[in-house]
Order: sequence, then C-alpha cells, then structure tokens
Amino acid sequence: MSETIVHNTGAPGAEERRSYFVREHHPENGSMLGFWLYLMSDCLIFACLFATYAVLGRNYADGPTGAALFDLPLVALNTAMLLLSSITYGFAMLAMQRKQLGSTLLWLGITGVFGVAFLSLEMYEFLHLIHEGAGPQRSAFLSSFFALVGTHGLHVLFGVIWLVTLMFQLKKHGLTPENGRRMMCLSLFWHFLDVIWIGVFTFVYLMGVLP
Amino acid sequence: MSGHDTHNDHGHGHDSHYHDAHDHGSLKTYAIGFILSVILTAIPFWLVMNKTITNTGTMGLVLLAFAAVQVVVHMVYFLHMNAKSEGGWNMMALIFTIMIVVIAMAGSLWVMYHMNTNMMPSMMPEMNMQSAS
Repeated sequence: MSETIVHNTGAPGAEERRSYFVREHHPENGSMLGFWLYLMSDCLIFACLFATYAVLGRNYADGPTGAALFDLPLVALNTAMLLLSSITYGFAMLAMQRKQLGSTLLWLGITGVFGVAFLSLEMYEFLHLIHEGAGPQRSAFLSSFFALVGTHGLHVLFGVIWLVTLMFQLKKHGLTPENGRRMMCLSLFWHFLDVIWIGVFTFVYLMGVLP
Repeated sequence: MSGHDTHNDHGHGHDSHYHDAHDHGSLKTYAIGFILSVILTAIPFWLVMNKTITNTGTMGLVLLAFAAVQVVVHMVYFLHMNAKSEGGWNMMALIFTIMIVVIAMAGSLWVMYHMNTNMMPSMMPEMNMQSAS
C-alpha cells in the first residue's frame, strides 16, 4: 500500500500512470474477478435449490404447511441479524480504508457476533421443527426447505470461520495488501449471503405462509 | 482518498495494483444502503404479518417486487456493483448468471407445472387406451 502512495504523490509519476491505465483495459486485480466468478457459480447452486423449492414447496404430503410451521417474528429477527452484520462489515471495510487495525478488528468481531446469532437462531428453528416431527424426511416441502435454508446456513457458518481466521491473520500481519484482498473477498461473500437471504425470506418464509 | 478517487475517475474504475483504490463505498453509501434495506425488508414482513393484501397472487408479486428492488440495492450499495468494475467483466458474469438463473427457475416451474396438470392420475386410462389402440 505504501508503494501506491509513493506513486501517487510524485506528480510526473501520477501522470504517467494515468495515461498507462487509460490504455490498459485488462483487469488488474485477478483475484477479485475470480472470486466474483465463484460467487456467480454459487448463485447457480442456490438457483437450483430455489427451483427445487419452487416446484416442491407446496407438496406437503398431508404434513404441516409453511403457514403452520413458520414463525415470522423469529425470521424477522434473523433477517435483522444478517442485515446488521452486513452494515458492520461495511464499517470494518471503512475502518480498514482508514488504516485503523483496532477498529477493523472490533467491527469484524461485531460482525462475527451477529453471524453467530443468526446461526444460533437458525439452529434453534431447525431443532424446533425436527422436534415437532417436521424434519427433512417428513415431506417434499420440508426436504426442499431444509436443503435450501440449510445450504445458506452452511455458507454463513463457513463465512464466520473465514472471518475468525481473517481476524487472526490481521492481528498477526496487520493491514497488509494480502489481508486487504482477503477482506475484500470476504466482504463480497458476506454481502452476497445477505442477497441470497433476501430471496430466502421472501420466497420461502413470506410466500410460504400465504394461503 | 476521495480526492484521489475523483482525480482518477474519468479514466476508468481501478487505478492501482491494490484494492484500496477500488470503490469500497463510504459511510454515506453504506448508510443509504442499510436504511433502504431496512425499509424494503420491513414493508414485506408488515404486509404479510398483517395480511394487508388478501389476494395471494397479488401479494406474491408485491413480495417479489420488493425482493428484486432490495437485491438491486444490495448489489449497488454493499457489493459496489457498477458497469466498470473489473473492466466490465463483473457485470458480464452477473448478466450471464441472471440469464441462467431465470432459465433454470422459469424452466423448472414451467415444465413441472405442465407435468402436474397433464399427467394427473385421472388422465392415465385415456393415455393407456391410446397406446393400446
């Protein structure tokens, strides 16, 4: 990062760089593009699961329906957790931009807490459903429900593991360019999961309780 | 940082080896995104929990519309999508993905709906007769 600053403060250097980059249209930062492509392929996995749920979501097999099972206030709370974790991750990115390591770690920690809160609420919901006899083997509706929401939950779990790992790396190596890149990738991943959750709460929960 | 950004803006999006020159957004964009998301989340939940719209089809369309708008808000304010990021390749990949997602979703629903309506057990004897004759 110090290298960039040196380049930009030298006036002739900055001029040269500008004209160079105007001509150069090849993506400079390959890992961000690569990570974006991974997210897009992940999007296709979720599309398949959403399509499965769309087809099977009303096949109750005389079992409980979505309207009978879903606890909307709990889902709203879960949504709030994920949304709050999105904005706190944004604050972590802003703190990193200001080169404040302590503040970055603090906001990452808060993001992690919200992530764990989301996972706990989801685990509680799943265990409650299974306890009520509405496990994944009860009906096609519940199989597709657990597959879709469970896959999203697993993604959040891995996001939290990644986040904790990154916090240790930040603590050890500081705000290096490598860690900056990792922060960017996790940022994409984390906000992407929030986007998927929009689909989940709309399509599965809100539309699931409609008659 | 912001001065440096505007200086290079008319060239194209990224001007550095490192990501600190990428568009991370600012406190303002994150705040706008967050407030919009809260509103766009709260309204659908309120609509469903109060059963404001009785027609299921209308309600479904309204919910999907809110979700679509919120996805765009997240893409713009949180994921910082724009037509220029990574030299336009991000946008190309996104458009391709949306295309595949629409084909997979609409295609599955279309095929399975027709399977359900045309292959009902009540229609089976008729089909057997046809194949026998």
